[in-house]
Amino acid sequence: MTLLRHLGAAIVVALIVGYLSISLNAFRDFQIAEIAVYVVAVAGLTVLIGLSGQISIGHGAFMAVGAYAAALLLMHLGWPLEAVLAASAVITALAGLLVGVAAARLRGPYLAGVTLMLAVALPSLADQFAGAFGGDQGLSVGVTTPAFLGATFPLTRWLAWVSCAAALITLVLLANLSRSRIGRSWRAVRDDEAAAALAGLNVARLRILAFVVSAACAGLAGALLGIVTSLVSPGSFTLTLSIALLTGAVIGGLGSLAGAVWGSLVIVLVPTYVTDVATSHGLSSSVAANIPVVAYGVVLIVVMLAFPAGIQGALRRLYGPVIPAASGSLNTLRRHAPASEHPEEGTQ
Amino acid sequence: MQEFLEFTLGGISFGMIYAAIGLSLVLIWRGTRILNYAQGGMAMFTAYIALIVINHTGNYWAGFAAALAAGVVLGAVCERVIRPTQGKPPLNAVIVTIGLLILLEGLAGIIYGGQFRSFPAAFSISGLKIGSTSLGASRNDVFVAVAVLAAALALAVMFRYTSAGLRLRATAFSPGVARLLGVRVGRVLTLGWVLAGLIGALAGVLVSPNTFLYPNSMDSIFVLGFTAAVIGGLDSPVGAVVGGLILGVALNYVSGYLGSALMPVFGLCALVLVLMVRPSGLFGAASSRQV
Repeated sequence: MTLLRHLGAAIVVALIVGYLSISLNAFRDFQIAEIAVYVVAVAGLTVLIGLSGQISIGHGAFMAVGAYAAALLLMHLGWPLEAVLAASAVITALAGLLVGVAAARLRGPYLAGVTLMLAVALPSLADQFAGAFGGDQGLSVGVTTPAFLGATFPLTRWLAWVSCAAALITLVLLANLSRSRIGRSWRAVRDDEAAAALAGLNVARLRILAFVVSAACAGLAGALLGIVTSLVSPGSFTLTLSIALLTGAVIGGLGSLAGAVWGSLVIVLVPTYVTDVATSHGLSSSVAANIPVVAYGVVLIVVMLAFPAGIQGALRRLYGPVIPAASGSLNTLRRHAPASEHPEEGTQ
Repeated sequence: MQEFLEFTLGGISFGMIYAAIGLSLVLIWRGTRILNYAQGGMAMFTAYIALIVINHTGNYWAGFAAALAAGVVLGAVCERVIRPTQGKPPLNAVIVTIGLLILLEGLAGIIYGGQFRSFPAAFSISGLKIGSTSLGASRNDVFVAVAVLAAALALAVMFRYTSAGLRLRATAFSPGVARLLGVRVGRVLTLGWVLAGLIGALAGVLVSPNTFLYPNSMDSIFVLGFTAAVIGGLDSPVGAVVGGLILGVALNYVSGYLGSALMPVFGLCALVLVLMVRPSGLFGAASSRQV
């Protein structure tokens, strides 16, 4: 039943996006593709943070893994697009397994530190092994529109379709996962690890699984980003990208998939708009490029201090029962947190 | 042998920087159980202030003092921003400090531009020699090591012999009990952040001659400082200094013998290894998690 509802919603959205992509110009098509790419990554991240309670500040690194995997597969093996996307997601899931095994034993701040370091360290590998990864220049990624669409079909529209299809499939899968036994177990582990373990849940395995799922999403997003921008280089996967993803998840409301869509809209459209306004007012490019960065910072601070449930939480409050409470946002977390000063570790 | 000596001494100089960042993280962690991810951003921002003052006055030490003063102010301001997350899930504080980090980096990009700027060193950066043997360390490296050690010693003395230090230790031990005994915990926490801002600013000014200064210049230094603090156990100031030294020397061997691009990756491996094998660090007491 839920599966049918999710599928129905996905088909409706697909039709709307399809219509939009045909009626809008190439630049808008590119933006649609970009938004869809971010939806995939932010949805994976919001499941990791909001449902399983593990933070990652390094999701840009997973995107890099997926992007380089896709670029190398396209370049050396010439696989078809669907196979490349699936393979990038699987390869990144393996990377997620590696990090997840380490992460399963780490708590909040430690885990954040490890993933932060991942985001800082991984791009430097592209320099070290410049022969395989193209160094600072990166690798160029070329795809063509399939023959059945005709020779005049614009490439950006095709890429927008591919990205949106990937985003919708990801959202449907994640929505079902979060309502399944696994999703409920994640929430149990997030809210009270000891109680979950006593109830017979394998806490470590659940936490690792969350990392694997989340990394697979990020890898798919990275592969799509590389294909949409036709370039994979270390400069695309900076710490700022990781923090943009975190911002998207936080704005939308941690743990909410609908929130991931809102968050992705914000982190793609607002910076473009702000940069346009800033350059049209004669501000220099370094100012224009940094205004979104400042905005990410302000948003992270203000939302976390004042509206921890994000946009989806605000909508839910406004429209009450119409919007289903997808996950139990951070409010649940707060209720369970002990009121003492050291909720993390009590030294005894 | 010659190379080995150079790498070791150069590593000590870098290690002292990691130690300083680690020390500033420990100062905040002990009091508030918050890991300040904005520490690198704060250090970068104060280094820019130092650079401006140096360019205006032509005097290195005026800039040095300005950076330390800015670190104090920035530490106090950040504490005010972060305070409402006390008693909430630790995730909230993590996200707010990340927000502070990116906010500072964006502001630096707007105010100072994104280009790499060279930063003056306090003393000569040409390598010292004994006879004909090059040591791989300069006068400035010696200054870096001495400055961080002096700051660490001053902190140790303060913690042990002053009443402010006693209050800091009491608050770190148990904020609730400290409050009942008349310690104004809010002020003590602010003091902790101010000291952390000061040490962070010191690290920023000391490392910038080696790395150039740009809005992201402290990112990799910060994660290595974090690693140093974790190696030492996050709770132990002595541990942070020792951890910084070990990490600095070890990474300098990696960078010297294998290639500098591998340094962050090996740092990551070191961090994961320490957290797997000895999560409480070399000097930290084993802690239990409250359920």
